[in-house]
Amino acid sequence: MTGLMGGWATLAAAGGGAAAHAAPGIPAPGAGSPIALLLLGLPLLAAALCGVFAATGNRSKLPAFTSVAALGACFGIALMLFLNWNGQPATARAFDWISLDWGAGKGQSFDAHFGVYIDGLTLLWMLFVTGLATVIALYSMEYMSHDVGLGYCRYFAAFNLFVFSMTALVMGDNLLMLFLGWEGVGLCSYLLIGYYYKRAAAVAAAKKAFIMNRIGDLGLLMGILSTFVVFGTIEYAPLFQMIASGKTASGAELASHWSVWGIPLMFAVGAFGKSAQFIFYTWLPDAMEGPTPVSALIHAATMVTAGVFLIGRLYPLFTADPALIALSVVAWAGVITALWAATIEMAIFDIKRVMGYSTISQLGFMFAGMGLLTPTGAAFHTFTHAFFKATLFLGVGAVMHGFGGQLDLRRLSGVMWMRGFGLVGIAMLVGSINLSGVPFTAGFFSKDVILAQAFTTPGTMIWGAQAAAWLLLLTAGMTAYYTFRTFLRVYVGPREFVPGDDAELLDLGRHPKGVSLDEWHAQHGHGHGHGHGHDDHGHGSDHRAAVRPDFDPTTEEFDPHPPGWSMKAAIGLCMVLSILAAGVYFMKPAVGNHGGWVAGMVGQSSAAFASPGEHHGGAAEHAAKLGTFLGYDPHKVMYYVSAGVGLIGILIAAFLHGPRGVWSLFIGNRTSAAVAPRADALANLFGPLTRAARNKYYVDEIYDALVRTPLRVLAHIFHILDQGLVDGLVNLCGALPRMLARSLRPSQSGVLQGYAVGMAAGLGLILIVVWVLMLR
Amino acid sequence: MATLADGLHLSVLAAAAEPAAIAPAIGLYHYLFVSAALFALGVIGFLTRRNLIIMFLCTEMMFQAAGIALIAFSRFHLNHTGEVFVIFVLTIAAAEAALALALVVLLFRRKETLDASEWAALRG
Repeated sequence: MTGLMGGWATLAAAGGGAAAHAAPGIPAPGAGSPIALLLLGLPLLAAALCGVFAATGNRSKLPAFTSVAALGACFGIALMLFLNWNGQPATARAFDWISLDWGAGKGQSFDAHFGVYIDGLTLLWMLFVTGLATVIALYSMEYMSHDVGLGYCRYFAAFNLFVFSMTALVMGDNLLMLFLGWEGVGLCSYLLIGYYYKRAAAVAAAKKAFIMNRIGDLGLLMGILSTFVVFGTIEYAPLFQMIASGKTASGAELASHWSVWGIPLMFAVGAFGKSAQFIFYTWLPDAMEGPTPVSALIHAATMVTAGVFLIGRLYPLFTADPALIALSVVAWAGVITALWAATIEMAIFDIKRVMGYSTISQLGFMFAGMGLLTPTGAAFHTFTHAFFKATLFLGVGAVMHGFGGQLDLRRLSGVMWMRGFGLVGIAMLVGSINLSGVPFTAGFFSKDVILAQAFTTPGTMIWGAQAAAWLLLLTAGMTAYYTFRTFLRVYVGPREFVPGDDAELLDLGRHPKGVSLDEWHAQHGHGHGHGHGHDDHGHGSDHRAAVRPDFDPTTEEFDPHPPGWSMKAAIGLCMVLSILAAGVYFMKPAVGNHGGWVAGMVGQSSAAFASPGEHHGGAAEHAAKLGTFLGYDPHKVMYYVSAGVGLIGILIAAFLHGPRGVWSLFIGNRTSAAVAPRADALANLFGPLTRAARNKYYVDEIYDALVRTPLRVLAHIFHILDQGLVDGLVNLCGALPRMLARSLRPSQSGVLQGYAVGMAAGLGLILIVVWVLMLR
Repeated sequence: MATLADGLHLSVLAAAAEPAAIAPAIGLYHYLFVSAALFALGVIGFLTRRNLIIMFLCTEMMFQAAGIALIAFSRFHLNHTGEVFVIFVLTIAAAEAALALALVVLLFRRKETLDASEWAALRG
């Protein structure tokens, strides 16, 4: 084994040209700490325990405590692994999962270990996945408390199972484990989107997410199978060696083999599905039907970044192609997604959907980063986005929780000034400046890395890189606009609100199945102020509201109830983390000399890649070989450009949507929640375009017409064929004997003499026959 | 068997045309003729009457026709097989008569009539 390693090392050192753009090869993995396997075991154990709690009819918050403890322990283990990490990839194996061989020859065996592969990318992902999972489990403890009982157990079981699946996806040391995790997170996403299974919209959204993901997963599965066929292995370490050697398993030259662009494209389709990129993205906005903590963790911070992770993990394969076809596709999918989602966000009013589309848009940035040859930028943006988008989601969740599910930004205003919502407002401001890319925030630095590299990467490497970069810059401005549109309308300005529908029904749609309203109140009415205003009114009044169908939340008293300690703690933690995330940019990277801590982590992983123009070579070199930003070195000017674009976006938002006063720098003129005269005038000016964007460009309707309608028509035709042909034949088999019987039946007349005549005639016939025979 | 058939065949013709020439005394053919006549009467009665009791009596008549034929043959062949057989048939016929008459009574109670055509529920 060591001899082979040595041979490979010299080969990699000698022939940089074999794999056209590949960075220096990835070292062979050493032996990792088996403690890493606990990261898989603990969440699974916690999920099983939640199942036990459900079976024993536990009605306390025990599942939440268990989950927070298990996930917190996972975070501790991840942190310990990181601190004890020597910068080299390592593997730790639990057991041989699948081991088959059907011959002694090459490619006639299949091995998949149940084990982990630890490198920079893995640790980076595990740190924020387990960290955020802990914080969001803490938040869920309170957020889901209206469902204490079976629903609570179900929620936390799926939550823990999700973390297990995500860990398998990120840490697995082969593509089959990645696939296991990939499908696992898809399943948990389905279970959690459809958590409110009595709500038809939630069930439909869950199915939509599952089915859209299956389409992408086909690409992933084809990629894995093709990888096995072409490279004869699905384990990362030997796979990376083989790619570095520039040969396929059969000895063909990789650079000219179809698989060098074919396999990455298949994987890219898988990534597009899971990460809600263009043409597959429609499931993610609908996934906002799930509980908000789920949206924060799964549909913003972690699961949807699995596609980014997949591309980063297989970056040697993506960059082995001399023409970089797959990466061009990835880049353009990302750019189109980012821009497309941003235009929708600028028009819609549902603040949770705004966050959903914003996630799609930011995922587009990450994909563009991967495609435009800066895996560091993509990973860095994934990392920072995880924190600030979780903050934003948790803030939106607190508003939703406090105002009876109200999400329309025209019905809420000045939330930050209401009692108990100050922290939420501050957290939203922190999240918003991060998302907008205000200077010196984490989001600013990570987006900047992507934008600078986008302008630097020459069009000769990635098709249309310059155009992509300009579109990304435009999207960055739009991002700032829509982010502050939400913030300035909902969180500042005159205090005003209309409670949502849940206030009217007192969460009837959500209170657990099989529990009467009284029971529900009994367990719910004291404690942390949860019952949408009933703390102040007492049980009598909220019951009245529940049983009176004419309860009008707009005219009757409704007190928004502020988040309790665990929600506040989680929001505060996420907020602090998203501020601190900026700090990692200033940490000295372990590899290379800029890009911060994340660059070092990515540099010590399979995604290590020397981006073109990374070593600032001066304007002359940029002009000669690389792209420029209007003649300047993008790496030097992009700080100022992206800051300027972000601020312009914020100013436009303030001008159009800002309330009067200091919050919009005295240029806003919004007078109430619903009235923003300039914005309304502008929306009218773009009439049809606004309407189209508000209706999500009718993409769902187009898919309906293109996919569902033909299927329905086909189903109808088959239905008719089934009824006519198949059922016809079957019915004929029954009808023939029946017709025969009908024609013979009258012979059974029921008249006694009739039968007697028959018998007599028979006897007569016999006599005649006998007679005739006699005569012969 | 051929003899038997011949006998049957001839009995009809011979008894009518020239009885004296074949059998001056009362012989097999006479008995068989009576039997056939009795049977024919039974059949005709069964077919033409609607009264259940009459129809039942007609079947009894056909029974006895068969009985006469059996006894005649038994005598003709000089063994007792036919006679024994007839004893059995008579016994069964007696039992069957009890049963059938009971059935007729029950049927009469149902519909207050003995008309056989009233009982045609099993027509197709």
